[in-house]
Amino acid sequence: MEPKDDNISAMCKPAVGEAGKTGDWRDLTPVIDHAKCIASVKNRPACYLCWLYCPDGIVSAGIPVKIDLDYCKGCGICAEECPAKAITMAVNEEVKK
Amino acid sequence: MSDVRIMTGNQAAAYGVKLCKVQVVSAYPITPSTSVTETIANWVERGELKAEYVRVESEHSVMTVCVAASTVGARTFTSTSSHGLLYMHEQLHWAAGSRLPIVLACVNRGVGAPWSIFNDQQDSIAQRDTGWIQIYCRDNQEIIDTVIQAYRIAEQVYCPVMVCYDGFVLSHTMMPVEIPDADKVGEFLPPYKPHTILSPEDPRNINPVIFPWQRRDAEGVLRDGYMDMRWKLQHALEGSRNVIVEVCREYAERFGRDHGGMLWTYKADDAEVLLAGMGSIATEATTAADLLREGGIRAGVVGVRVYRPFPRAEVREAFHKAPAIVVFEKDISYGYEGALSADIKAALYGTGIQTPVHNYIAGLGGRDVKANELAEAVRSSLAAIAGGNREQQTWLNCVTEL
Repeated sequence: MEPKDDNISAMCKPAVGEAGKTGDWRDLTPVIDHAKCIASVKNRPACYLCWLYCPDGIVSAGIPVKIDLDYCKGCGICAEECPAKAITMAVNEEVKK
Repeated sequence: MSDVRIMTGNQAAAYGVKLCKVQVVSAYPITPSTSVTETIANWVERGELKAEYVRVESEHSVMTVCVAASTVGARTFTSTSSHGLLYMHEQLHWAAGSRLPIVLACVNRGVGAPWSIFNDQQDSIAQRDTGWIQIYCRDNQEIIDTVIQAYRIAEQVYCPVMVCYDGFVLSHTMMPVEIPDADKVGEFLPPYKPHTILSPEDPRNINPVIFPWQRRDAEGVLRDGYMDMRWKLQHALEGSRNVIVEVCREYAERFGRDHGGMLWTYKADDAEVLLAGMGSIATEATTAADLLREGGIRAGVVGVRVYRPFPRAEVREAFHKAPAIVVFEKDISYGYEGALSADIKAALYGTGIQTPVHNYIAGLGGRDVKANELAEAVRSSLAAIAGGNREQQTWLNCVTEL
């Protein structure tokens, strides 16, 4: 039988995807030009200001930097903060997942 | 061995709180409720009550403190009146929606503008639709007993309870009150178990945004939407009737005092007219009923003790034989009639009970209401009913001409 919601007040456990795939709220999509990204260019852990500033915590601090578009709401803070101007917000970009 | 002391209604409420070993009290002073938490603050300061007393800058914050404390498993209490209660209004919804068994003593007082510190029941009636259980007390003994019962009820059905009593008429009037034995209260009232345990090992978001629709959480469980959650609150309040009656019955067995569950009656069985009311005006009505009986009119009284959940079945039972009903109340739903009168009429709908109901708005802002004035009002209503006037609203002792 399907488990029923037995909570008598509204609550949820913090988990990835708890509120659904919030990436579909997005109008603008961040696109990273890895040729400009400081981490990729220097090929060592560096900068990661996009990771630091992302309010949804969906930027992974690897080489190259990746943005999880399943949950990116397209706020553009990463593009605003990127000192190398490596991130642009694309309109109606069909996303390669 | 009974411990009877002479005390005010506010002291009675405070003693009830002490006996329930309340753990967190927050309050902001407002007449006429101030001496409830003033008394408690004194006990906390002397170490006679092991509770956290949280002083804040407003009643809105008072209720947020109660909500937070109750969420993490503390038994909580506050008291307020009038504008203080109105200022809490938003958080009253949060307390009920979060299903927290907070108990609040509402010392009933009129609402501005213009300013009044005196008694009527407009303040708590204005909170009718917040999802709180509302119980109206008629004397100081009932106040202490009802505070104790309120925690049992609240913690069983997970709904907050407002214990309402008339400002000054009860809050500042001294009467003999029997203080129940602390050990017996401990047996009657088990420790509070919150419906959700919060701990760092099992973190949760409480009251996140909830959508109109149901949705699956990350574990695949279908979670309630907003409306499903609201229905659970409605279901809980509807179901609390049985708990209220049962708790009242058990209290009577253990402590020897029965305040009547959902409602109480006085000389109602053979009555040709029933007076109805809530709180001290219903007590006044019992004196009026005796005066009427001396004059040959068989009058009785129905005192509505629990206003939410409304005692639908009990009201139908209590009024089904009465040829005339006269409702006295200290509130007005502007543009319509008294709230109690409207609810009594609604409860009779569809039952075949065709009794005329006359509504008296009385005692607003502390205007005096004497038993002989209630009796006279009933006499004039009976004459009007005999003349075919089935429905009537009258403002008692009030200038109603422009």
